[in-house]
Amino acid sequence: MDLLYYPGCTVKTSAKCLETSGFAVIKALGHNLVEMEEWNCCGVVASLTDDDLMHHLAPLRNLIHAEDQGQEKIVTFCDMCGNTLKQTNLRVQESEENLDTLNNFMDQEEDYKKSVDVQHFLEFLRDDVGFAKLKKSVKKPLKGMKIMPYYGCTMLRPREVAIDDAEEPRILADLLKSLGAEVIDTPYKIECCGSYHTIEQKDLTAKRAYRISSSAQKAGADAIMLSCPMCKFNLDHRGKDAESLYDGYKQIPVYYYTQLIAMAMGLDIEECGFDSHTVDPIPLLKEKKVI
Amino acid sequence: MTEVSGNECREKHELEKIRIDHSLAEELKDLCEEEFFGCYQCGTCAAGCPFIEEMDLTPDEVIRHVIMDKREVLSSKTIWLCASCYTCAERCPRDINITKLMEALRQIILRNSVDKTDMSCITDEELKKIPQIAFVSLFRKNIG
Ligand code: SF4
Ligand code: SF4
Repeated sequence: MDLLYYPGCTVKTSAKCLETSGFAVIKALGHNLVEMEEWNCCGVVASLTDDDLMHHLAPLRNLIHAEDQGQEKIVTFCDMCGNTLKQTNLRVQESEENLDTLNNFMDQEEDYKKSVDVQHFLEFLRDDVGFAKLKKSVKKPLKGMKIMPYYGCTMLRPREVAIDDAEEPRILADLLKSLGAEVIDTPYKIECCGSYHTIEQKDLTAKRAYRISSSAQKAGADAIMLSCPMCKFNLDHRGKDAESLYDGYKQIPVYYYTQLIAMAMGLDIEECGFDSHTVDPIPLLKEKKVI
Repeated sequence: MTEVSGNECREKHELEKIRIDHSLAEELKDLCEEEFFGCYQCGTCAAGCPFIEEMDLTPDEVIRHVIMDKREVLSSKTIWLCASCYTCAERCPRDINITKLMEALRQIILRNSVDKTDMSCITDEELKKIPQIAFVSLFRKNIG
């Protein structure tokens, strides 16, 4: 099956490894991701004021271009892009008046006809492929790996665009089980990583990373698995920074789910881009004999 | 541990320039149509907020300030610490979207040409590593 793919800025730059490992996985599953033409930055973080339509232009333009290409669905890897696109889609679905204003403003573009669905790649794996089928493709189960699934915010909230239950999500835990890993559950799995404060308030974000990762470690985890590039940077990189703030603290490796699926399917490790991580994720994979 | 961005003196000066013709609740109406006056003051929002330790006003106190028309809420650190995680909005028993209220309060300030971002602390090495979504989010949240 060919799927129209919306990349966003981050997977093309600082989170290339999410894209390369995701592409390797989808190819191995027999599908094809086709990058959409003329995509633009989604202008990440949904506009939250009632009177502000301007910041819905960028996401809407992407939806229009998907529609132009005759597609009813776009797939994204990035949680924050997915959330932003979904929230704009919802806003225009709910308000014909808002949609008219936006369509009229973008008079160089076709009118948006509300036919596009935005899907997170995790939803595609759960709903269209199925974790049971994914399990059958596992050649090297992640046996003995104790992993905390970390959800963060943007795939779960607000509930109108969530891909799972906001308080007790299970999509990542179910995925981990299908890969043969042991799931380590902690209440911090749905807590914010510190988000964009990582730029101006490093210590604050390092503290968030410490809270989340240390709760995982206390519960017995030797790694964290997540999906969002913002969370990945904060838990991996700011988590490493936290080592200098908290005596004796050591950051554990942080994997994208696409990387762990690729490893469990026995795909080429080069596609995982592990050298871009701050905490080296390879030794644990070796220790557990996954590679 | 909290670092406050921007120059506080400049901010105070800018805030004083904001004309006060309406009550805060009225001013918020076009930005965020939420039923603040239905707030129980139960504190559920504060209990789940990940930045509560760094905040000078708790989220329920922010609502209280709006109800009482106390404009000093606009000078609080809290509204800039809120990273729109939506936890409070998800849990509020009165279905008040506090996430939206925080954004509306930030917008009152930002729409008066106040710029809250200070990137001088970023090293060249980090510039390459920090995800683009972090920069775009920060600019969207902190620049008018
Ligand atoms: S959770 Fe809702 S009702 Fe309770 S204090 Fe916060 S805003 Fe008010
Ligand atoms: S949305 Fe803002 S105020 Fe509400 S819990 Fe999250 S950070 Fe705290």
